[in-house]
Amino acid sequence: MSVLEMTDVRKVYRSGDIDIVALDHATLQVEHGEIVALLGPSGSGKTTLLSIAGGLLTPTEGTVVVNGNDITDHDAKELTGFRRENIGFVFQSVNLVPFLNAEENLLVVDELGGGKGDKAAKARARGLLDELGLGHRAKNMPAQLSGGERQRVAIGRALFNNPKLVLFDEPTSALDTKIGAQVMELIHSEMKARDTAAIIVTHDRRMTEYADRTVEIVDGRLGAAGLQTAAH
Amino acid sequence: MSITLPLRELRRNPNRFLVATIVLAFLTTLLLFLGGLLDGLYLGSTGAIRAQKADAIVYSASARDSFLRSRITPDIRADVEALDGVSEVGGIGFVLLGAQVPGESDLADVAVAGYELAPKGVPAPPADGLGVADSRLQDQGVSKGDTILVGPAETPITITGWVDDTGYLLQGSVWVNLTTWRAVQNANRPDSAVADGVVQALVVRGAPAAGSSLSFTAGLDAATDGATKSLTVADAVLALPGVKQQKDTFNQIIYTTLFVVLAVVGLFFSLLTLERIGLYGVLKAIGATTRRLFLGVLVQAIIVAVIAFAIGSGMAIAAAAALPASLPLQLIPSRFVFTFSGLLVAAILGSAISLRRVTKVEPASAIGTTS
Repeated sequence: MSVLEMTDVRKVYRSGDIDIVALDHATLQVEHGEIVALLGPSGSGKTTLLSIAGGLLTPTEGTVVVNGNDITDHDAKELTGFRRENIGFVFQSVNLVPFLNAEENLLVVDELGGGKGDKAAKARARGLLDELGLGHRAKNMPAQLSGGERQRVAIGRALFNNPKLVLFDEPTSALDTKIGAQVMELIHSEMKARDTAAIIVTHDRRMTEYADRTVEIVDGRLGAAGLQTAAH
Repeated sequence: MSITLPLRELRRNPNRFLVATIVLAFLTTLLLFLGGLLDGLYLGSTGAIRAQKADAIVYSASARDSFLRSRITPDIRADVEALDGVSEVGGIGFVLLGAQVPGESDLADVAVAGYELAPKGVPAPPADGLGVADSRLQDQGVSKGDTILVGPAETPITITGWVDDTGYLLQGSVWVNLTTWRAVQNANRPDSAVADGVVQALVVRGAPAAGSSLSFTAGLDAATDGATKSLTVADAVLALPGVKQQKDTFNQIIYTTLFVVLAVVGLFFSLLTLERIGLYGVLKAIGATTRRLFLGVLVQAIIVAVIAFAIGSGMAIAAAAALPASLPLQLIPSRFVFTFSGLLVAAILGSAISLRRVTKVEPASAIGTTS
């Protein structure tokens, strides 16, 4: 069973009297532990695809199954709970809660799930930060962290609930090339170590070398999908 | 439901809430100050009437609910006393005068009150020439045992004790028997002298007669063939000159100020929500519900209101202590409760303005944005 099965998905936005097709009959499968790079120019529909895969948007047509759950017809409330328990997200930038330290930013996920940040949750947060090389920065606020460190905290937050699928939205766009490469190395090793699937949206072709497969998207249509031998 | 997130923000980022807290604290002080003035004016003006243990106050019909204009003659009193259901009747009268106090250069403002039926906290009518004074006269130098000289005729009254909260039109009452009151009235207000047996009004205790379809007050007026106008104690309080107008005016200002509080809270948290839209999008994307996010805004609004109330109350108490005693400012517990409740309601309603904005934040907005 695939972690993600998007079948013949369309997303149409209405603007006045005009229908704008953001995603046009897109079909995509992502397997356990597979890292897929989604490459495309601005306005190509990669954000819409990522949003539908993550249950942030519902498709106009087609079906979306994540980890065996058909979320196509979930309402907003059901999708909120589904995302909390099944999907990890890493956004472009400034996505940490600014008044929480690194450890607390991970514990937010536990709190949103009804937890109280108990000892087990704290131990898990500390373990993740150690793994990400941020154990010594656990009590630092986001403003005291570098861009790369902030993004690593965001990766820790995305992994906190052991999701089967993590979605990365241009995770290196706010970082310089060197730090960006380090973050991509980290993403690759963390996903593989956990057998967690990932979709990484990027417009930087250099980042695709960290993916198992690159899928291009142009004008809402998925293009060539080939298996790529990862360098890592 | 956990509220640690909004509490942490308040604790870690207090400066963000400082301006709203300061503004609300000053508005709290203003509300307490206005309310304190209203209470001071109201309590100081109406104590002598509120203290009456009566079911009706009976004026002459032409008096337009004024003690000073009213005259009840013995025959009208007899009609009232004869009515079924009436159990006790006593005469009452007031005269407002200045009084010379031993050792004081300024005249004290006194309301000499003649009575037969003792109001709450007031002993039975004293002997001729003696009086029991309202404790507010202590501020004007009156002491127990003093003989004050009342009015231009310098009618002597010796103070034998104190009573509380019996002010009349912001003047300290001196409670005397009806004979002493008539002596003071006739010596100092010869233009409105009263004959023996005549009083300004009647304090009446009782209940409607069995089988009567009229209220007690209407029954009294019917018994005197319309020669009287009877009011309940509550209505008699509001009929005192200026009391209703003062109350209405101050209440208008107080409710307008509460509206300003609501606007301040609403505007502040709307702006805060606007600032947080990006963060709310991210939190919604990772599983926060609208309800949880709005609860956070609500908790912060309530805490800001509580802190502002504590600071504002302290400022109001300090201001009241620093102001001269002649200012009719009275901070009473019920005013604090009212102001606190008003502030909480305004905080809740004000923060609710943000609800629409929080609801409209789309979790999908977290994707594809750079900040």
